Amino acid sequence: MSGFSSSSVGRKVIMSLSGLFLITFLLVHLGVNLTLFGGPELFNSASHFMATNLVIQVMQYVLAAGFILHIIMGINLELKNRAARPVKYVKNNPAANSGWASRNMIYTGLLILLFIILHLKDFFVEIKFGEVTSDYDLVTQLFKNPIYVIIYVFAFILLGIHLSHGFQSAFTSIGARKPKYYSCVKNLGIAYSYLIALGFSIIAIYFYFA
Amino acid sequence: MNLTLLIWRQKDARDKGKMVKYQVSGISEHMSFLEMLDVLNEDLVNKNEEPVAFDHDCREGICGMCSLQINGEAHGPDRRITTCQLHMRTFKDGDTIYIEPFRSKAFPVIKDLIVDRTSFERIQQAGGFISVNTSGNTQDANGILIGKEEADMAMDSATCIGCGACVATCKNSSAMLFVSAKVSQYALLPQGRIEAKDRVKNMIHQMDLEGFGNCTNTGACEVECPKGISLENIARLNREFLKASVK
Repeated sequence: MSGFSSSSVGRKVIMSLSGLFLITFLLVHLGVNLTLFGGPELFNSASHFMATNLVIQVMQYVLAAGFILHIIMGINLELKNRAARPVKYVKNNPAANSGWASRNMIYTGLLILLFIILHLKDFFVEIKFGEVTSDYDLVTQLFKNPIYVIIYVFAFILLGIHLSHGFQSAFTSIGARKPKYYSCVKNLGIAYSYLIALGFSIIAIYFYFA
Repeated sequence: MNLTLLIWRQKDARDKGKMVKYQVSGISEHMSFLEMLDVLNEDLVNKNEEPVAFDHDCREGICGMCSLQINGEAHGPDRRITTCQLHMRTFKDGDTIYIEPFRSKAFPVIKDLIVDRTSFERIQQAGGFISVNTSGNTQDANGILIGKEEADMAMDSATCIGCGACVATCKNSSAMLFVSAKVSQYALLPQGRIEAKDRVKNMIHQMDLEGFGNCTNTGACEVECPKGISLENIARLNREFLKASVK
């Protein structure tokens, strides 16, 4: 196994699997957030369930490990890739052959990481260790702050861009790419990116104006 | 046509190198890119200057010897061709053209625009072959039946000429398209299955040792490849590697 994780392809598989795991997590997270529309009672009970259910509590650690693995491996691969071309081109035209999202995964990724830190501070730490009586009030109050909403929406646009490449790339990295279903995977990835970016953003914008 | 050329000049492997500006005139639009460089070199020789060193061999687009990063693209702006098949009609009179060597840690510059691509050969030597007894008792090739679809796919992969455009164009200097084509051409055929596990592991190991970067599936290689080797090959390489790793 050590040979696997030290090889370039093995590391890409780790990036891919941790990415797919995080993709699944995002859906669950969006599902919980959508209960905000059901009012304080529904959201607070959903939030309470997430904070007390044993399976979720265990998964929390798996999730943290998934994030850390994805981030560390991503930075590690980026550094190796930079070292693979010590002398840069004077004139480069990457837009002629590849998409912006695919070339800037490290930047969208790092900005998303900054947002996650902010997000953990504002929600996770508050709910877990603070003296919050109603999670619903905490969330809706934060969404009244225009600067927070702008940062929030911007982060989810970046996440959408990150996913638009990451989703289909994850499938290629584990070898799940064949002509007969590739366009389906690609379209699903784009649809998923829009769902995540718009889904989270619309909630924040709605509660800002509500 | 009159053109301004900005060309990477580097005396030898240790020299730092720099871009040098040249003017060429009287270039016919029917000339190939390499013929245009021949004209420049004749001028330089006549002026007692050192001609620009660049790689070339067959000039028919099949040997994989010519290279060059032209205006930031491997083999220039046209698709599915090598530099020798790029014609000057692609450019306009008065254009400025940047000409640089393929850049990668694993492709060190030897001189000017010539890079050392023997790292590809070492990858091939690590597993890009099948072990066949050639003592005279060789089985007739038609004795092993192969489906048309597999044969076609293996042939498509085998069209890779090992020019290195995939590495040059990849933002990560990854050699995955090359290695995947070489692995695929064997993986798809029964003769290649016998050594498939060792082949994929050894070739990837050698690829990593040479200092190539990691594939991030940007797809740039597929676009710039003169032979149209597709990303399906990279997916197949990943599958072969996973299969070889779990067993």
